[in-house]
Amino acid sequence: MGFYLVQLLTGLSNACALFLVASGLTLIFGVTRIVNFSHGSFYMLGAYIAYTLVEQSSGAFGFWGSLLLAGIAVGIIGLIVELIVLKPIYKSPELYQLVATFGVILVIQDLAQWIWGAEDLFGRRAPGFKGENATVDIAGTLMPTYDLAIIAIALSVLGILWFIFNRTRFGILVRAATLDREMVSALGVNQSLLFSGVFFLGSMLAGIGGAVQLPKGGASLLMDFEILSPIFVVVVIGGMGSIWGVFVASILVSVLQAFGVLFFPQSTLVLMFLVMAVVLIFRPWGLYGKEESSTEHAAGEIKEPLREVGSKMKMVFLTIIALLIISPIFLEGYNLNTIIDVLVFCLFAASLHYILGTGGLVSFGHAAFYGGGAYAAALLVTYANTPMELAIFFAPFLAGFVALIIGWFCVRLTGVYFAMLTLAFAQVLWSIVFQWSAVTKGDDGLTDVYPQIITSGSILHYYVVLILAVGGIILLRAMAHTPFGYSLRGGRDSSLRSEAIGMDVKLIQMSSFVFAGAMAGLAGSLFVFTKGSVFPDEMTIARSFDALLMVFLGGVQSLTGPISGAAAFTLLHEWLVQITEYWRGCLGILIICIVILLPNGLAGIGELFRNIFTKTPKEEAAK
Amino acid sequence: MLKVKKINSYYGGAHILHDVSLNVEQGEVVALLGRNGAGKSTTMKSICGLVQPKSGVVEFMGQGMQGKPPYHICRAGIGYVPEERRVFSELTILENLEVGKRSARQDVPQWSHEKLFELFPNLAERRQNLGSQLSGGEQQMLSIARTLMGNPSFILLDEPSEGLAPVIVEQMALAIMELKKQGVTILLSEQNLHFAKLVADRAVILESGFVRYGGTIVELEADEEVRTAYLMV
Ligand SMILES: Nc1ncnc2c1ncn2[C@@H]1O[C@H](COP(=O)(O)OP(=O)(O)OP(=O)(O)O)[C@@H](O)[C@H]1O
Ligand SMILES: [Mg+2]
Repeated sequence: MGFYLVQLLTGLSNACALFLVASGLTLIFGVTRIVNFSHGSFYMLGAYIAYTLVEQSSGAFGFWGSLLLAGIAVGIIGLIVELIVLKPIYKSPELYQLVATFGVILVIQDLAQWIWGAEDLFGRRAPGFKGENATVDIAGTLMPTYDLAIIAIALSVLGILWFIFNRTRFGILVRAATLDREMVSALGVNQSLLFSGVFFLGSMLAGIGGAVQLPKGGASLLMDFEILSPIFVVVVIGGMGSIWGVFVASILVSVLQAFGVLFFPQSTLVLMFLVMAVVLIFRPWGLYGKEESSTEHAAGEIKEPLREVGSKMKMVFLTIIALLIISPIFLEGYNLNTIIDVLVFCLFAASLHYILGTGGLVSFGHAAFYGGGAYAAALLVTYANTPMELAIFFAPFLAGFVALIIGWFCVRLTGVYFAMLTLAFAQVLWSIVFQWSAVTKGDDGLTDVYPQIITSGSILHYYVVLILAVGGIILLRAMAHTPFGYSLRGGRDSSLRSEAIGMDVKLIQMSSFVFAGAMAGLAGSLFVFTKGSVFPDEMTIARSFDALLMVFLGGVQSLTGPISGAAAFTLLHEWLVQITEYWRGCLGILIICIVILLPNGLAGIGELFRNIFTKTPKEEAAK
Repeated sequence: MLKVKKINSYYGGAHILHDVSLNVEQGEVVALLGRNGAGKSTTMKSICGLVQPKSGVVEFMGQGMQGKPPYHICRAGIGYVPEERRVFSELTILENLEVGKRSARQDVPQWSHEKLFELFPNLAERRQNLGSQLSGGEQQMLSIARTLMGNPSFILLDEPSEGLAPVIVEQMALAIMELKKQGVTILLSEQNLHFAKLVADRAVILESGFVRYGGTIVELEADEEVRTAYLMV
């Protein structure tokens, strides 16, 4: 009996810890409609700052005061990030905001490493919760007392939040803005201040959530990405923007996990996503969420129709392809491999662009199909004795099949909800690969899956990759120019109108999603074909973000975007890694600058100059 | 008090308002008339800043308002009551009023909960009810009351009688006349003359985003030709 009670309390304690962090995320989303991926970084900072403060304090008062102070410090950091990075891009498409917050993640990661070092830090235990007071006997089973303290802290925070939202003017404005922020501004409320206030409060909650973890799990550089999927899952389950929803969802997920671990110890991560999938089947907008009625900004705001490739552009392309064909003559080894990496990423980015640019659906989980294709090929080689050369051709179909399942859930939603769901499903796949080590070898990855005939590094190998990658890209382009591709764009530009003329928009989006997934799978299998191994890393959020970054860098306007973006990204990455240990931070700063200064990606450089030299580009555009 | 000069507004690429100009003097009630889709709501939004006109001037009490954010325009004294009411569904009546609350301004009537509940007695009984629990008429009253909490000297009322039962419409007309008596200047929009002639002094008619007519309500009532051209369905 006591055992189950302790299990329940542990679940509740985890729920409370999760709620502290996730409440901030949902609050920020509710009011600003920004999906703040750097929320996990604020959580991490909370733990690190608390560590430093705790080390310098003494006594119970000093200890708890340090945790609170860490929260406030993180709140201020969040506020600074909001003022510098997000304020200029509130009106921009989601992709830009995502990319900007991703930049913030990179910067904070390197900053934390620079200040606190790469080693994990272990915080002091909380005074009054150590030694013989560290555990308490509950009907024969021991329970850490600090876990109970976390419950008490979270409930107090919930109480304070309740007070703020129901009894203060700021809280009432926040609730009103979550419902209809435009109306709130028409009633004389300065949105800008409100947003800043909300960002402070939300980041502070993340900071407190991180600080509270310190005596339990310490502080490490992995905390930011580790917390991301759980908090996004509960925010999505609860209904984005709903504090109460996130509380209920945290309890649901954590308690189920606490008991699930007794029965399926290998699938704790998957369980969380299963709950989410079940909830979303019945309530696509989450438990307490509401259908998004107005789409304030479309995915990429791409108004121009796809242009036919001009003859100049064709020449450039042909030249590049010709150069690629002859490059083995004067390049070899390392450089040739770099070209292969670029080609694989070009295909990966182009496949994302197909669904994002042409379809207007911003997928945050595209790595699921890239990694899916990679694993499909590797598994076929490992378990079915398929030659690698053949596995490459099966992989896209398997990746497409995965996309079919995921797409079935996702295309019912649009905008941020679609994005979040794709992200969550990518995480499901990742957690399966990560935890099902009997088959996938977990973190050790599948190795030694080299092709049998075509030796890696050979010229033949190079040409196979070249043909398949370029072929895939050409296929994607051709597809965008078929009637099917046109109707996909129709659905993007005006889904109501398209439906009115009898198109099944969802079906078209669905099949495009599958097609894009299959092409990403091809890229993934080419990756394995080249590297001879695959690790769960290829499915992480970070990999999905890489692809988004490439598309963003090149600009979503045309297919040249992702291709040049992938090339620029890979080369930039290689270069930064060579010159500095802190390449992440440099990349992050660069990304943030590009988002703020070049709202159309690198392709926007030309436009930037035009804007500088012609005074009223907008008026011209209107004409 | 309010001078709109040759504004042009767009939704994306669609040109909706074409050189719309109109004036409202202090203490007046002006009706902006026109059929479905004539551009009435767009004109109102262009005045309160929810739509930014691409060109033209919106002058309020001698100050340029175009290009200013909505909260700034609201604080200058222009209150906006949207056609869809847009009450905050998950907030109580009192909380809805709290959102609209602004500090007092000189030379304009000051509003409090109690004063507003006098003006709209229906709301008084339900002050703890959520916005979503109100009837259409009550929502309209709440929307107006919420805007009045900002102590505006001028309000934009977008189709205040739309979809309301005749009794409520009458109540609404009385409330508007009361507002006028208190010294609030009003620009309201309507699709037809029925309601406008109860409360308005002057009328401006829009059609396809162009101003087609301006004159007193009495003149308009007499002008059969204009009415059939721009108002009758
Ligand atoms: N958000 C929008 N996006 C695109 N077009 C719009 C939008 N809102 C209105 N329109 C178009 O602008 C034109 C003017 O609309 P507006 O709402 O100003 O008319 P209205 O006179 O208020 O009509 P009603 O009497 O039906 O309220 C219409 O043709 C309408 O279709
Ligand atoms: Mg209207």
